[in-house]
Amino acid sequence: MSKVSKSPWLLHYDASSCNGCDIEVLDCLTPKYDIERFGIINTGDPFQADILLITGGVNSQTESVVKQIYSQMPEPKVVVAVGICACTGGVFKECYNIKGGIDTVIPVDVYVPGCAARPESIIDGVVKALQILDEKQTALRQNGGDS
Amino acid sequence: MEAKNEIRKISLNDFYPAVLAMKAENWRPVQICAVSVPGGYEMSYSFSKNYDMVTLRLEVDEEQEIASITHIYPCAYIQENEAEELFGVKISHIEPDYHDKLYRIDETTPFKVKE
Amino acid sequence: MAKRSIVPFGPQHPVLPEPVHLDLVLEDETVVGAIPSIGYVHRGLEKLVEKRDFKQYVYIAERICGICSCGHGLGYCMAVENVMGIEVPDRAKYLRTIWIEMSRVHSHLLWLGLLADAMGFESLFMESWRLREKILDMFDETTGGRIIHSVNQVGGVQKDMDSTMLNDVLRAVEDLQKELKPVIDTFLQDYTVQSRLKGTGILKRDDAIAMGAVGPMLRASGEPYDVRMLGYAAYGDLSVEPVISTGCDSYARCEVRLKELLQSFDLIREAIGKIPEGPVSVPVKGNPSGEYFVRIEQPRGEAIYYIKGNGTKYLDRFRLRTPTTSNIPPMVEMLKGCQLADVPILILTIDPCVSCTER
Repeated sequence: MSKVSKSPWLLHYDASSCNGCDIEVLDCLTPKYDIERFGIINTGDPFQADILLITGGVNSQTESVVKQIYSQMPEPKVVVAVGICACTGGVFKECYNIKGGIDTVIPVDVYVPGCAARPESIIDGVVKALQILDEKQTALRQNGGDS
Repeated sequence: MEAKNEIRKISLNDFYPAVLAMKAENWRPVQICAVSVPGGYEMSYSFSKNYDMVTLRLEVDEEQEIASITHIYPCAYIQENEAEELFGVKISHIEPDYHDKLYRIDETTPFKVKE
Repeated sequence: MAKRSIVPFGPQHPVLPEPVHLDLVLEDETVVGAIPSIGYVHRGLEKLVEKRDFKQYVYIAERICGICSCGHGLGYCMAVENVMGIEVPDRAKYLRTIWIEMSRVHSHLLWLGLLADAMGFESLFMESWRLREKILDMFDETTGGRIIHSVNQVGGVQKDMDSTMLNDVLRAVEDLQKELKPVIDTFLQDYTVQSRLKGTGILKRDDAIAMGAVGPMLRASGEPYDVRMLGYAAYGDLSVEPVISTGCDSYARCEVRLKELLQSFDLIREAIGKIPEGPVSVPVKGNPSGEYFVRIEQPRGEAIYYIKGNGTKYLDRFRLRTPTTSNIPPMVEMLKGCQLADVPILILTIDPCVSCTER
């Protein structure tokens, strides 16, 4: 069976970011950076997504949404935290309505730092995530998974 | 271009008639800002006409109630709800009243001066 | 009477890059009411002013929003400078003007792309964003950042542009204006675009004023109000005229933004032509004490910055009223009476910026 990483689908969610990283993620899809050349398609549906890109720190309102989206994604799946806010909370860490990085809520596989993260590093992070996706798929098969 | 940008102090009794007068003269509502001061709040209601901006400054005690201006300027509801939720300013008859559920934050009135 | 139903819109929706939620009250397919609810990206940045000193806070102010970053830094610095009575050097004023006009170009192109995407006009979206990259490259060259530039500081700007950079910006603007022509023609003349935009989302001039609309929303309803006329930064020396349209509909709002793009190109050219030599910042001594309201024209409209200092290095209060906060009530008014299918486009025509609004 072929590998998922040949054509992974990507889901983007804004936990509570300042928009900077969000527009850079969108930028990756447009002609200059064109992430589709790696076979990656941006989807809005968690049930069909393999990679979850999250920007921004988590607050109590988005916490449940992040958990729900993560649980709806099929195995194997990887999570990429884009931007320093998603990694640790960043400049907003001391705000009363920020819990911290994404890893306080769900497990994160790849951290992409930067404020705002540059498209080159986002693509780099996604490509790293593809290797992890392959490893997870192999492990899943060895354990008798069906994918 | 020179334009007016002034802060006018006003008492609670004169406040509602003053906002009504602003509406009658077609002033545009600009912003509502609450500031916590010991024992109470400073409320600033800004209005603008052409390029002039006038801010009505209201000083209230913590427990004093302010009448909502949403019945004169319906669009004020977002900023009045915000002042109520984040500062704990008592504003009566906001239409629609979100009852401290605009931002749905965990902490109550984070901007209020706490002893 | 038709049966009423409530349809939730958002927080995740394909046309919205950011989470915002609306409860739409429908009678059959017609919207009769809408209740906005926000708070998904509320962080509480205004509170942080008590933990960071007033010079450090510039970096937080710039991160209120990644699209309007340059303007937020400028507005905050202007408020502090006004309280402290600092006169900024002329060259810094011109540099600020050039950067904020560049960010207006980037923001309007971003919006045009999103509008095209909302209509399903994929190639127009890609083209708008491809052109936007040219201005981002210029930001990269002149400031070192694509989205968050960190150029403003209390008392001036942090970086200077040398003549090579200024020439590069001029060349980029020339290129962009040439390549933008077919895009502008498509937005204004294409049959599909017109059929989606014309006659939808009517906001009359009197309503716009009474509901507190700002920016392109207000100007598309025929009210010539543009805060740049006040002459802050270097606008006093440049020829600024508010761009207006009397159409009052979505098409008029699109038209105003397209014309503002061309106006920004002219302003950048004029500012680069007139920029004086000299220092780009003055040293800042002491701490702010007092209060001040500053108005500046962001890409989305008038933004209000208020600071209150108490003589220490920590401010008592920083308040920002963003254009989107003001534009949500008129948007709700505009939605009444429209068809369900038009809702995404109408929401987009106010150019919502949620992370600014919730701070």
